[in-house]
Amino acid sequence: MNATLAHEPELASVPARRSGAGADRLFGLVTVGAAWLVLILLGGAAASMAWGGRLAFKTFGWHFVTSREWDAVAGHFGAFVPIVGTLVTSGIALIIAVPVSIGIALFLTDIAPRWSRGPIAMAIELLAAIPSIIYGMWGLFVFAPFMAAHVEPWLSDKLGPLPVLGALFSGPPIGIGMLTAGIVLGIMVIPFISSVAREVFGAVPTALKESAVALGSTRWEILSRVTLPYTRSAIIGAIFLGLGRALGETMAVTFVLGNAHDLSLSLLMPSNSIAAAIANEFTEADTDLYRSSLIALGFLLFVVTLIVLTIAKLLLLRINRQLGRTH
Amino acid sequence: MAIPARRRIADVLAFGFATLATVFGLVWLTWILWTTLSEGAKALTPALFTQMTPPPGSSGGLLNAFYGSAVMILLGLLIGAPIGVAAGTYLAEQGRYSKLASVVSFINDILLSAPSIVIGLFVYELVVRPAGHFSGYAGSLALAMILLPVVVRTTDEALRLVPNQMREAAFALGMPRWKVTWQILYKAARSAILTGILLGVARIAGETAPLLFTALNNQFWSATLNAPLANVPVVIFQYALSPYDEWHELAWAGAFALTAFVLILNLLVRFLARKGARK
Repeated sequence: MNATLAHEPELASVPARRSGAGADRLFGLVTVGAAWLVLILLGGAAASMAWGGRLAFKTFGWHFVTSREWDAVAGHFGAFVPIVGTLVTSGIALIIAVPVSIGIALFLTDIAPRWSRGPIAMAIELLAAIPSIIYGMWGLFVFAPFMAAHVEPWLSDKLGPLPVLGALFSGPPIGIGMLTAGIVLGIMVIPFISSVAREVFGAVPTALKESAVALGSTRWEILSRVTLPYTRSAIIGAIFLGLGRALGETMAVTFVLGNAHDLSLSLLMPSNSIAAAIANEFTEADTDLYRSSLIALGFLLFVVTLIVLTIAKLLLLRINRQLGRTH
Repeated sequence: MAIPARRRIADVLAFGFATLATVFGLVWLTWILWTTLSEGAKALTPALFTQMTPPPGSSGGLLNAFYGSAVMILLGLLIGAPIGVAAGTYLAEQGRYSKLASVVSFINDILLSAPSIVIGLFVYELVVRPAGHFSGYAGSLALAMILLPVVVRTTDEALRLVPNQMREAAFALGMPRWKVTWQILYKAARSAILTGILLGVARIAGETAPLLFTALNNQFWSATLNAPLANVPVVIFQYALSPYDEWHELAWAGAFALTAFVLILNLLVRFLARKGARK
């Protein structure tokens, strides 16, 4: 307590009343303890998963991440397919969400009539409030059939015959698969990226924009040459934030990805993701090795998302400092 | 001065795209909400609130699931909110300029976006495995861990908005620090902190992944927290993926109730925040 008070000399010089000193100490201890709990939560989660997954890591070594084989009966577990599935679906999600989010931010800062900005922004942010299981159910019962009936036949007709690209869009249009999962994920991360983008677009100094206008820039040129370069690190931070969300998203993906442990080049085919594999199989895991492999998957997911989110946070800290905020 | 056609077209295209992007975002929201509303309304019956989750192929309700969810959210709130407020108080008050506070603040923001399924695995290792069975307690603990970072962040922000003069005036009167925080700062930031807690409740109400390996599910009425406990999200998950029509219908009813609850809380939070800002 004394150490922290020393930073606020004007407070340290206040004579503590006898009755207050003990209670103050206790109150200080409680709040510090609670703050430590936040750190312990993160450390404990990482440590418990490393511990729970140790059997899988010890048994398979590096093969755990490079092997494609996931065979519960034979007791062989390789995480290559879920890892690829996670990365591919998150990649599709970003391809969709990034341009859309920047478009939304631009619309809300420059185009929309002023009265409509608040309500539209709120509606977009509500996308983030809808529980992910609702996305999953809607994806399974409404969106996947829609994809199977209208979008995927068209894709495999038009793009399927093309060289290289065609391989990505071949296969039967069953609706459930990496493309559908990626699109649903994309919708889910739009609000996270667009709300940061909107905030930083609004924080670009007016003088900069006005100078560009004075030089005869069109509004598109202001966006591409002034606003985006000025907010670059925050936008990249927001993209990483969205990526962190997409990588760890569980329920929505579990519904529409198909839980297939086969590696397929086609985006129309079912696959698996780390989170979906855990959600689908954990309660069925009947051997220690099986359970340990799933926890090891969780450990990998946790470490990767922590790295991605740390990068996001560092990039966002920088712009906040530019804007003169403390956090 | 005329702008060359190429630049003008780029301008129009960019703005057309921005407008389309916004429409694109709103279309999904409308589509998802419409589906949930129309499918849910069809399945909404009084039995929903009076009967238990049925065995395959027969009709029933979600009473036990509603009860389990309510109890776990409440207990998660009771565990998570006080710790969150205390930690947020440390970040904004006691530790405002300390190294620990900036580290905790950073980690807290990461926890806010960390995958919730990982929390489920953590609680599984921490509680379920040692105890040997799934339980409502484990589910509550998992929900508390997800609620915690939300409350920490909003409490921190709420307390930082309290003007410094208030602290100085209170200290000048010789009040001890805990009393300043308790009687003055909390009072000033009360509605903002409450808003944060409500936001946290909205977040944990829809969480499914962390409950899968902690509370699991229970088809029957069970009031004890020391056993697997039915809850709305996991019931939706299991019933939606089942092949039975009756179960699908119940899943939609649950989805409707869940979405309505979460959206109403969110709108309430926004309303309160706006009212607070106007003050």
